[in-house]
Amino acid sequence: MRGSDLPQSEGEKGGGVGAKGLTEASEGGCALVTGASRGIGAETARLLAQDGWTVGVNCRADTDGAGEVVRQITEAGGKALMVKGDVSESSDVDSIFEQLEQSVGPVRVLVNNAGTRDDMLAISLGDDAWLKVIETNLSAAFRTTRRALMPMVRGRWGRIVNVASIVGMRANPGQANYAASKAGLIGFTKTVAAEVARRNVTVNAVAPGFIRTAMTSDVGEELLRAIPARRAGAPGDVAACIRFLVTPAAGYITGATIPIDGGLSA
Amino acid sequence: MSSNNHEGVQKFVFDSIAIFGPEPEEISREATLESLDVDSLDLVELGQLVEEKYGVRLQPQDFEDVSTVGDAVDVIATKVQ
Repeated sequence: MRGSDLPQSEGEKGGGVGAKGLTEASEGGCALVTGASRGIGAETARLLAQDGWTVGVNCRADTDGAGEVVRQITEAGGKALMVKGDVSESSDVDSIFEQLEQSVGPVRVLVNNAGTRDDMLAISLGDDAWLKVIETNLSAAFRTTRRALMPMVRGRWGRIVNVASIVGMRANPGQANYAASKAGLIGFTKTVAAEVARRNVTVNAVAPGFIRTAMTSDVGEELLRAIPARRAGAPGDVAACIRFLVTPAAGYITGATIPIDGGLSA
Repeated sequence: MSSNNHEGVQKFVFDSIAIFGPEPEEISREATLESLDVDSLDLVELGQLVEEKYGVRLQPQDFEDVSTVGDAVDVIATKVQ
């Protein structure tokens, strides 16, 4: 197939978000959401399960939270399993993928959501705090992506969504480590997207603004005045975008970073 | 015929490259990878196909000096035999 023989995009075929297109993609495979015991990851797992994906609900330590997400999904008629492991450790990444491949099938959707904060002005930031955030937010996404890519490339279909942040695009004093990790994630997203686009594997990022989760529980209300929408977002606002990006209809979107921030970065 | 000999490896490589898009009649030992639009990702996938078929692991640097299909065949045949 060359130039003029380009295959029709899934959108051109009229698949849209059509059940047939999604069913074909999800059959025999699964979705992995890292850091899915709460917040954006948990809501993403629930929505993907609603769309027919068998979801690997990853957690590092919060097995109660991940177990609750799995329970909610299965009670609603969906399929999910808990896959425990620290995605900042290469050995854990391998075991997570092997567990899913052996019990369900290849990972066709990867949502790199696991993240952490350890805030301090750069002048006072310690090496440990720097490395912890970089390893969890950026290096882990690299390791899971590297592991996921070959089956996606060989299967000629894949969806990778990286949960970045608007802090990766604009300054936020006190979060130099977090900002660096999220800016790195955005750059990583673009380059990997360009590498694998020919194989119908898309790689995109979402950049949440101020979203009400456990990770932002200490953020002050004065921030709301800076948001054009004058309100915080909810995990579902981010999960809905991720849900769209993994559908066949989103097959021509790749290398993009989509802010979900009530206009904060406009 | 053993598929591990040079002729068998060449057929395997030609068939594998055809999976990446070129028309079979375009593939020859003299054809450059560039002319066939075979990129580095295709070579990574070729390496995996070789590993699955022959149990031999190729490294990215094995393809450093490869510019034609024949070059790729010769590198892989050397590793396999």
